[in-house]
Amino acid sequence: MWTIAGEGIHPSDEKGITSSLPIEGIRPPGKVVIPLSQHIGAPCEPLVKIGDMVKKYQKVGEAKGFVSAPVHSSVSGKVIAIGRFPHPSGNQSNSVVIESDGKDETIDNIKGRRDYLNSDPKELKNIILNAGIVGMGGATFPTHVKLSPPKEKKIDTVILNGAECEPYLTADDRLMAEMSREVVEGMKILMHVMGVREGHIGIEDDKPVATEAIRKAASGTNIRVVALQKKYPQGAEKQLIKSITGKEVPSGGLPMDVGIIVQNVGTAAAVYNAVHNGIPLVERIVTVTGKGVNRHGNFRVLIGTLLEHVLSECGGLAGGAGKIIFGGPMMGIAQYSLHVPVLKGTSGILVIPKGDVLLEDFRACIRCGRCVQACPIRLLPNMYSILAEVGQPKEAEKYYVLDCIECGCCTYVCPSRRPIVHHIRYIKAEMRKAKGKVA
Amino acid sequence: MAEQAVAEKEEKKGRLEGPTPKLILTSSPHQLGADTIERIMWSVVLSLLPATLAGLYFFGWGALYVIVISVASTLAAEALYQKISGHGNTIKDGSAAVTGLLLALTLPPGSPWWLSVIGGFFAIIICKQLYGGLGFNPFNPALMARVFLLIAFPLQMTTWPAPRSLFSGIDAKTGATPLGDLQVARLIGKGIGKAAELNLLDAFIGNIGGSIGEISAIALLIGAAYLLYKQYITWHIPVSMIGTVMVFSGIFWVIDPGKYVNPVFHLFTGGLIIGAFFMATDMVTCPVTLKGQLLFGFGCGLITVIIRMWGGYPEGVSFAIVLMNILSPMIDRYIRPVRYGAIKNQISKVKNQNVM
Ligand code: SF4
Ligand code: SF4
Repeated sequence: MWTIAGEGIHPSDEKGITSSLPIEGIRPPGKVVIPLSQHIGAPCEPLVKIGDMVKKYQKVGEAKGFVSAPVHSSVSGKVIAIGRFPHPSGNQSNSVVIESDGKDETIDNIKGRRDYLNSDPKELKNIILNAGIVGMGGATFPTHVKLSPPKEKKIDTVILNGAECEPYLTADDRLMAEMSREVVEGMKILMHVMGVREGHIGIEDDKPVATEAIRKAASGTNIRVVALQKKYPQGAEKQLIKSITGKEVPSGGLPMDVGIIVQNVGTAAAVYNAVHNGIPLVERIVTVTGKGVNRHGNFRVLIGTLLEHVLSECGGLAGGAGKIIFGGPMMGIAQYSLHVPVLKGTSGILVIPKGDVLLEDFRACIRCGRCVQACPIRLLPNMYSILAEVGQPKEAEKYYVLDCIECGCCTYVCPSRRPIVHHIRYIKAEMRKAKGKVA
Repeated sequence: MAEQAVAEKEEKKGRLEGPTPKLILTSSPHQLGADTIERIMWSVVLSLLPATLAGLYFFGWGALYVIVISVASTLAAEALYQKISGHGNTIKDGSAAVTGLLLALTLPPGSPWWLSVIGGFFAIIICKQLYGGLGFNPFNPALMARVFLLIAFPLQMTTWPAPRSLFSGIDAKTGATPLGDLQVARLIGKGIGKAAELNLLDAFIGNIGGSIGEISAIALLIGAAYLLYKQYITWHIPVSMIGTVMVFSGIFWVIDPGKYVNPVFHLFTGGLIIGAFFMATDMVTCPVTLKGQLLFGFGCGLITVIIRMWGGYPEGVSFAIVLMNILSPMIDRYIRPVRYGAIKNQISKVKNQNVM
């Protein structure tokens, strides 16, 4: 296909592996590990002690501070440990470990709301907060915080992100295809909470079934379904806003600076589930894919289920796992242990067999400019890479390294195989360190 | 009981047993594009094949040995330097092969074998490795070597056999290049002289005098189309360079067609096409931004016209590109992309949408 070079890339997407597989359940795990930090912001305070019996949907961690979100138990059973356990971010994190009694007893007073569109937005926001809903596209920013912009920021548009531009991932695709009503109703709630009349749902045009389903569900509303050109990173917040509204979020700013709030389609469905059914966020859809795992699919997985259990349910590893990635191949995080839990933001589990992992030495920058043309933020990634290599991270600030969204386009296209994003992370870490010293 | 055992066994199948396998941890992205230096360089070699074949067709043996010796020299120089410096083998990255082939294509057919050898070693050792290797060289090595040879061995570098057909030996009579004719006419005050007689179809196919790989426009354009299709080069430099040459030469031609040749003549003669598509676009030595590349191409075109019309050499493409190579870092310094969100309240036309 003839494509115009520049601002984004067209990686081979491998979505065909799972895009037509309907959402399925897997057997519930014997225990769950629920980290108290599954979102951007302050970790939760545990509400339970070792030995406590908990029920499904019971809150086990309370949000601490404004930018935070509570966590709930996804099974009924007994708290057997509270402490530091492996976390998909690559560290360890305080977590509540619950051994399931297999009964799935839920808490008693589950109350949904049918008349949500006549409810007080404040109340709805409270429900969303208490349901522990965070951005499910992977960013995991607490949703109620996004819905509470400062007074001076006038919000006029809500955008739902159904682009799912990461290769391999199809969880959102299937969600939209099979649960379009929940997504659209969730969108209505979000628009009602924000008091806006303009709503867009952006979907990449490689998902005709999902697009049709959403279009049908949204017909008769003032929600517009937008088919977006397939291009990575079309689903990055800033790109999505530009593609749908033509606006650019100011450098260093947030979408609300241009009157926009962006939520993922999975988040919208979770909002609906919380408001309409009164059920907190305790499960999500995860795409399990890649040559390194035997069975592929889009699975409904309880939050806190260990990677090991998910892989077992998928027939185990095939042919010597090399890398296991939470998320997609462009921005996902490589895991160091099979004992990490699925989180609210885990959109996919990608297993790459050892033989397919590229481990080449990088070479000198040949100044080809491919990274410059691929960068969706129009930065100079080549400069970051060189400055990191020669040990001058400070210089990179002059080239606006903080605007980088770490999408990975630059590394993807570099013929010298330079780990540019890695260099950028090193620079950002150095800058944080320097700031810490000053403060 | 037996049933349960079977069930248990079933359950064990596919279960993960034993400790966590050793997992590889690297920073994202975990998926990389297929284009490596090797792939790009060997594709450039491939894209030069039509022009190489055209050279062989028109100049036969006189082209063959120049090509073979040039490429062998650059490869030998690369290997020798690797051996002495103790660095890894970089021959397979293809850049030395590209340099050798490009050098050969810009030499006169039938030129002395030692010209290729000197050019090849000069290109690799002096113009590339001493700067630190591929990526650090400020000039396109092949081009710089050609310029060096032109200054050091002007006679050998401007002795042109007329095109003959395949492998029929070198024509003893020396012909001339259309641009050479033009310069002679200009210097003796005869307007455009013989240049007026140039058959443009001959020039398009390559049936004219000139360097081995410069003569056939059609062969070069086929290779260029391939590189553009593969996105190994962008259109910006060739279009702005050739466009600039055409526009400027066109202006003078309109003013005085008796003194200046038409722009199409400029397009199909000399090294404009090979220079614009294969040399100015050398990724190491041109600017990294597209806007910078447009400016770079403009500069190359302008200098080319100036040298061709009023300079001491008949052809200016090599000098133009080398001069602009010097300016590349400066262009990169001042011409930068405007980053996303840098301009407040910017609303542009909505793109990337499909109207349904
Ligand atoms: S990772 Fe950063 S520098 Fe690289 S392409 Fe993406 S935004 Fe640009
Ligand atoms: S893509 Fe790689 S080699 Fe090319 S300019 Fe960027 S960093 Fe340098």
